Amino acid sequence: MNFSFLVNHIVELSITGLALGAIYALIALGYTMVYGVLQLINFAHSEVFMYGTFAVAWVFVFVHGTTSVNQTLGGTAGLLLLSLLAAMAMSAAIAMLLERVAYRPLLKRKAPRLMALISAIGASFALSELMGLRDRVVGWVGLRDDLDNYVSKARDVYTNPVTIQPQTVFTVGGYGVKDVDIMVIVASLLMMVALDQFVRRTRFGRGIRAVAQDPESAALMGVNATRVIRGTFILGGIMAGAAATLYMVKIGSTRQNAGFIFGVKAFTAAVLGGIGNLRGALLGGLVLGVAENYGAAIFGTQWKDVVAFVLLILILLVRPSGILGESLGKARA
Amino acid sequence: MGVVRENLDRVARRYRALPGPARVALVVLLVVLVYLLPLLRPPIITTNQIDFGGVMFAIAAFALVAVGLNVVIGYAGLLDLGYVGFYAVGAYTTGVLTSYHAHWAFFLALPVAIAVTMVTGVLLGWPTLRVRGDYLAIVTLGFGEIIRIAVTNVEWVGAARGIKDIPHPPNIGPDPEPPFGDGGLFTIPSLQWDGIVPSLDSGRETTFLVFGAVSAVPYYWLVLSFLILILFADRLIKDSRVGRAWEATREDEDAAEHMGVPTFKFKLLAFALGAAVGGLSGSLYASSQSGYINPQSFPLLLSILFVAAVIVGGAGNRWGAIIGGTLVAYLPERFREFADFRLLVFGLALMILPVYRSQGLLPPRRTIRARAAAEEIEHLEGRDEAPTEVV
Amino acid sequence: MNRTTRVWRAGAVVLAAGLALTACGSDDSSGDGSSSGGDCTEQNLAFLGALTGDAGALGVNMANGIQLAVDEYNEDAECEVGLKKFDSQGSPDKAPALATEIVGDDTIIGLVGPGFSGESLATGKTFFEAGLPSISPSATNVTITEQGWTTWHRVIGNDNAQGAADAKYLTDTVGASKVYVIDDAQDYSKGLATVVKDTLGDTAVGYDEIQVGQTDMSATVTKVTAAKSDAVFYGGYYTEAGLLVKQLRQAGWRGTFMSGDGAEDPAFVKVAGQAGNGAVLSAPAAPAPEDFAAKVKDDTGSEAGLYTTQSYDAANIFLEALKAGNTEPKDINDFIGSYSGDGVSGPISFDDKGDIETSTIYAYMVKDGELDTENPTAIE
Repeated sequence: MNFSFLVNHIVELSITGLALGAIYALIALGYTMVYGVLQLINFAHSEVFMYGTFAVAWVFVFVHGTTSVNQTLGGTAGLLLLSLLAAMAMSAAIAMLLERVAYRPLLKRKAPRLMALISAIGASFALSELMGLRDRVVGWVGLRDDLDNYVSKARDVYTNPVTIQPQTVFTVGGYGVKDVDIMVIVASLLMMVALDQFVRRTRFGRGIRAVAQDPESAALMGVNATRVIRGTFILGGIMAGAAATLYMVKIGSTRQNAGFIFGVKAFTAAVLGGIGNLRGALLGGLVLGVAENYGAAIFGTQWKDVVAFVLLILILLVRPSGILGESLGKARA
Repeated sequence: MGVVRENLDRVARRYRALPGPARVALVVLLVVLVYLLPLLRPPIITTNQIDFGGVMFAIAAFALVAVGLNVVIGYAGLLDLGYVGFYAVGAYTTGVLTSYHAHWAFFLALPVAIAVTMVTGVLLGWPTLRVRGDYLAIVTLGFGEIIRIAVTNVEWVGAARGIKDIPHPPNIGPDPEPPFGDGGLFTIPSLQWDGIVPSLDSGRETTFLVFGAVSAVPYYWLVLSFLILILFADRLIKDSRVGRAWEATREDEDAAEHMGVPTFKFKLLAFALGAAVGGLSGSLYASSQSGYINPQSFPLLLSILFVAAVIVGGAGNRWGAIIGGTLVAYLPERFREFADFRLLVFGLALMILPVYRSQGLLPPRRTIRARAAAEEIEHLEGRDEAPTEVV
Repeated sequence: MNRTTRVWRAGAVVLAAGLALTACGSDDSSGDGSSSGGDCTEQNLAFLGALTGDAGALGVNMANGIQLAVDEYNEDAECEVGLKKFDSQGSPDKAPALATEIVGDDTIIGLVGPGFSGESLATGKTFFEAGLPSISPSATNVTITEQGWTTWHRVIGNDNAQGAADAKYLTDTVGASKVYVIDDAQDYSKGLATVVKDTLGDTAVGYDEIQVGQTDMSATVTKVTAAKSDAVFYGGYYTEAGLLVKQLRQAGWRGTFMSGDGAEDPAFVKVAGQAGNGAVLSAPAAPAPEDFAAKVKDDTGSEAGLYTTQSYDAANIFLEALKAGNTEPKDINDFIGSYSGDGVSGPISFDDKGDIETSTIYAYMVKDGELDTENPTAIE
């Protein structure tokens, strides 16, 4: 146990923790919204995120080739925006596919909720494996050589050739705060405010809330539940795409199984904040990210996941429905 | 319902029509057949490239785990995503007691391992079973991870090195003296098949009864015996007051509570019993062929596969759990020639199954009746379609 | 009535499909173990290791080396030798059943493998009790050869040798005075990092553990920079090693980064990008000689990689045992025990525990965004 280390480096640990937590929060939104509307754990949401990270890397490889270079954040701003769009499109498309293939047939048949979980687990395996076998898949359509830069060593780690070199913007308590961390935190906050406002103010958002509160009454009031559910998946996908872009800015490498750990963490964040609650997801993500860093500082990095889960259990004991504990349906406009 | 069900029902009817002694004989014959399966090595179902006895051991172990988890998920309706944690606790308790810190005999350590796991289940369940269903899923998932990370990092249980030389169950007959003395009472050859013509395969022998490192068959027999025991216990408890209380709790917790069922107590009981079976299988796994466990053997993914086994088979039906466990353990090994595509195909199968058999392969009878009743009510109310379809 | 017919028909289809699959399945395992002469009994070498899954590439490297050795042997051998490959996916849980299959197969005269330390520990007893000699090209965990398994050998230096050499390199060649030691809590990694840490003594100023699959290293980075360390030793694999050095450099840390053979892979540089420059990666293996690499490419169509040379050497020891007329496991095991010769990976002979007697540890440098696999420095 090393509390003095934590105290001495609290600024650095907090800021890097917040940056990580902001990414958790963006992914958590996808879990929380689907849960709010369907009361289902979308186990495959981690793969939605993972596909987004690949979209980002592919855009960079397409423009830059595979030689690794260093760049500043400002120097790649244009390309980052482009890859943000690509990642959002990719993740939204995967989320939509997921809804269509893994969920809608089950909802139609009124399958038990556990079965939907199995379907999602299956989809998660299938999506992750498909990414890990992408070299074979493109081989079947005869594009293996043309796409070599994108698919070779499909199970191995895949890296954005452009390393974004963080610059110190200002110094607080002896720690030079990096532009990348600030960008990640601010960007995710913006995304979340936008989503929050969207759900609160637009007609479609009202539909989401209505279905979340009471699907039958919503249907009677003329809300097209199928459309609302699809829209919810797509919105979650867009957020996951944004998370994927920020992740690639900060970490730079991804892999076909990269989604799993982040998915588990994001889901934890969603429950921590109160599942079905958008602001709860934000709070849960940030708390989780910071707690992990503090825990790593005090107990050693190998214990950081334990810290995260113990924190979750403790909070659920005190507040059985999460920190903010409000459901999506009750989010008032 | 489905073809499978109807045929099973017909088989069951015919079976019931038989006179008593014939029924007993039939069951005994069937059980003997299952015991001998890894020696008979029937064509088609026997795996190639991987030892069939080892695969049968894995299948039996998976089925045992699935039966235990079925108590938690199927009977009590609690979604447990961290079952591997109990499995690990059972395995590590055995490892610590028989090899790492003490040198107990296996059958002395086994009940202790079960008891420790049960206590762990109560300790975890006591605070967390009060939270709502889906929160329980993530809490148990966290528990599984906590156990895995703890055993990876705590030197007292061997950390990343794991625990070696966990003793095997006691042999019957003289002990073997490796590498050349076989020991045991006698050896049983297995069969090999040329098309449909069987012959004896002297290369694959199993010594009765030596728990060594060379044959997995004795371990399979041991696990299978425990599985049969647990099935009897499962049947007793399911048909008792406890089983009915679980069912009431699962279907409507509030109503059950109003009717005077102490739901929390019964949920905790299900959790603890499920944990105990998990501990039992973990303990058996630890003392199996390799006598070696390390933290890598208890990944989160295994919990997910356990849950998949129960639900694929049909949550709430012990035979369904066995079928689910069998499929999840067997299919990837049987179709090893698909190598790289194994997990992809498995994932796709998990996606397709719920569409066609939304209750699992072998749902419990009561679920079928309940569903039929619900459909009838909906029909009478004139609502044939799901609410989501009414636009 | 109708239903019954349908069920039977379905059963017949399943049966037929199963038969077809069995037929396909048995092709690849039994097909190559052919014998040319009339007096020959079928004999095979077995390989046990990861051929698919996340570590599959390493196992393929090994299998290629063995395949080359077998093919060369078969060119002018009286009795041909086959190769049976068993895919463990690197998992200690799957390995025992595969090991049982291997020892139950009378045609198998020796095993090249197991690939990794975990599966070696899980299967060592099985091979020992069945009396099947084995030579691992790549399992480096120290404790394996301390189990008393007299049939178990390896043609690669263990982690003690590498750890001691790495620590020496850090203090003598790099001149580091404050080394931060990190590992990923895996058996291999922790073993290596612990040897380095213990050899360094007071020079090791801090120790932290991350987890496999972890991508954000910020807490660890803070620790390293706060300790003002001038070198980091990381025990683990290339993905986390690459991410760690990258995030260290992004935080402005300027010391020397060193890691072991788990990170000695071109993919390390891919992950680390320009941040990888100056990193030192050690391995108990010399690079594959050019003509050998060409032969591998010719024979198998793939590039030689990490452990290809060791696998080739290990297979050749078995083949030489056969050439010398040994067919019984015990004779082959004795032959291996007294073997002494020069392989492509270096001089090979075994001590009584089954460890290789002389192993040289090489330091590979990362320069200009590339891992220089051609010109390593031998650490004396």
